[in-house]
Amino acid sequence: MSEKVLMKGNEALAEAAIMAGCKHYLGYPITPQTEIAAYMSKRLPKIDGGVFLQAESEVAAVNMLIGVASTGKRAMTSSSSPGISLKSEGISYLAGCDLPALIVNVQRGGPGLGGIQPSQSDYFQATRGLGHGDFHLMVLAPASVQEMVDLVFKGFDLAEKYRVPAMILSDGTMGQMMEPVSLDAGVINNYDKSWALTGTKGERKPNIVNSLYLKPEELEVKNMERFERYAQIEKNEVMYEEYKMDDAEICIVAFGVAARVSQNAIDIARQQGIKVGMIRPITLWPFPKDALYEAAKKVKAFISVELNMGQMVEDIQLATKCTREVLLCNRVGGMIPTTENVLDKINEAVKLGGVK
Amino acid sequence: MAVVFEKPKALTDAVLHYCPGCTHGIIHRLVAEAIDELGIGGRTIGVASVGCSVMTYNYFNCDMVQAAHGRAPAVATGVKRSDSNNIVFTYQGDGDLAAIGTAETVHSAARGENITIIFVNNAIYGMTGGQMAPTTLPGQVTQTSPYGRDVEKVGYPLKVCEMLSQVDGATYLERVAVNNVKNIKVAKAAIKKAFQNQVEGKGFSLVEVLSTCPTNWGMTPENAIHWLEENMMPYYPLGVYKDKTAK
Repeated sequence: MSEKVLMKGNEALAEAAIMAGCKHYLGYPITPQTEIAAYMSKRLPKIDGGVFLQAESEVAAVNMLIGVASTGKRAMTSSSSPGISLKSEGISYLAGCDLPALIVNVQRGGPGLGGIQPSQSDYFQATRGLGHGDFHLMVLAPASVQEMVDLVFKGFDLAEKYRVPAMILSDGTMGQMMEPVSLDAGVINNYDKSWALTGTKGERKPNIVNSLYLKPEELEVKNMERFERYAQIEKNEVMYEEYKMDDAEICIVAFGVAARVSQNAIDIARQQGIKVGMIRPITLWPFPKDALYEAAKKVKAFISVELNMGQMVEDIQLATKCTREVLLCNRVGGMIPTTENVLDKINEAVKLGGVK
Repeated sequence: MAVVFEKPKALTDAVLHYCPGCTHGIIHRLVAEAIDELGIGGRTIGVASVGCSVMTYNYFNCDMVQAAHGRAPAVATGVKRSDSNNIVFTYQGDGDLAAIGTAETVHSAARGENITIIFVNNAIYGMTGGQMAPTTLPGQVTQTSPYGRDVEKVGYPLKVCEMLSQVDGATYLERVAVNNVKNIKVAKAAIKKAFQNQVEGKGFSLVEVLSTCPTNWGMTPENAIHWLEENMMPYYPLGVYKDKTAK
């Protein structure tokens, strides 16, 4: 492992992308992700073949991303919540064209222009349908600056492996905070890219990157095939971390900054003799359904800790088939749940009965 | 036996879906001839747009990507910036380029992207059945301007070449028409120059081609040509609007 350096989350993520072979960054300024664009504008022009472009709009940025991705090269764009809404058209096209690419959302409060403080209120947007049509994104949620690095490698790899767009769903806290981080190069696998637009060189038939199928029977086949890949992703690529779950009677489910706060609360509650643990989803899609289903057999209640009005709650209820109470501990609008907020909710769960 | 006329290699054998009398077919051929004559087919990547020309990816015999409505210049930017050896062109209609894609058009010109844009202006949205376009003439009747385009209420048409001529980043802008043999030859020369500029790294080139839409104009192909000459050409004068490469 390399020596640790102190870095801001956004900058660590940007450096990781470069290390992962991403030489094309297409972006647009918006708080709280702008450090990614600024970092890329400094670094990429110094790299052979590196291209930094500040687009005229979020829409143009994601379409430039489509252009680079269609040539088979690793490319990334980043934004924050309102900007991701603008990119949703292009993200649907990425999915419809089966193009791998990495999109970063450093979330801020919404809806509308909202605020500039951290939020997780784009959970539904990212996991349910980021754009028109039937499709999924790989959604990866870092809970540390180190994961801002590690999940970039993972995101590019999974995007290319399955030919799907991948998203890092971060938030203002992860983007802005500084932590020691190891910038170790991850694995870069060579996947088949015979589909890429590289010019025929007069040696092969033209490649076509396209999402239009006017014959419904053809479009149905395309959608079915894509969902077979999604099924493989759900089977093979679920990532989560358990914390003190061995004897837990209460299970907190939290991702990103909410998981950091929850971990503190769990440590304090444990000192008070309350058996509480956590399942931290790292992939939000695919969601760790099986892990939660198994946990439901052992625990009495779940607590979803989120920076929104209760979005992941629904996935927990679905995963556990509503066999256990799911409490919600939340703050919104850019506010972050405090350790006390989480402890209060743990105590509420204890009072539900059945918990020792 | 000597071959005196053949289909360009840069066109596939697919049957064009365009309506009888539509001039898209001529413009496709001119683009393909330019690609063949410059010998760039093997490194050309085309960007299809949304509208009647959406399926150009089936017609041009080179790598193709299909872009969202109006976004072709941004997609082309990505393809070109991925590898400057790629010869990248977009093929867009007026609804695509001059309405929903205005920002992408203006800013790709402002950046001086080394790409080639073929802009087909037929003053109407063809694919969706003949609605008012940004280029629909004052008084022109369409499905969504049934009483004629009222400039007091919906404003004036955009003159794309004139507008872009004020953009410093643009290299070459020319408006041509495909209404007769003479003008088709001029159009061919302009399209070839727009590709040649890119080959030589000279920057952003756009050729606006005045085109007919007999179906949605509700005319015979012959009358459509006359209507183009009598109505479009006076409003959209032909000629070179900018040429940084001129000596």
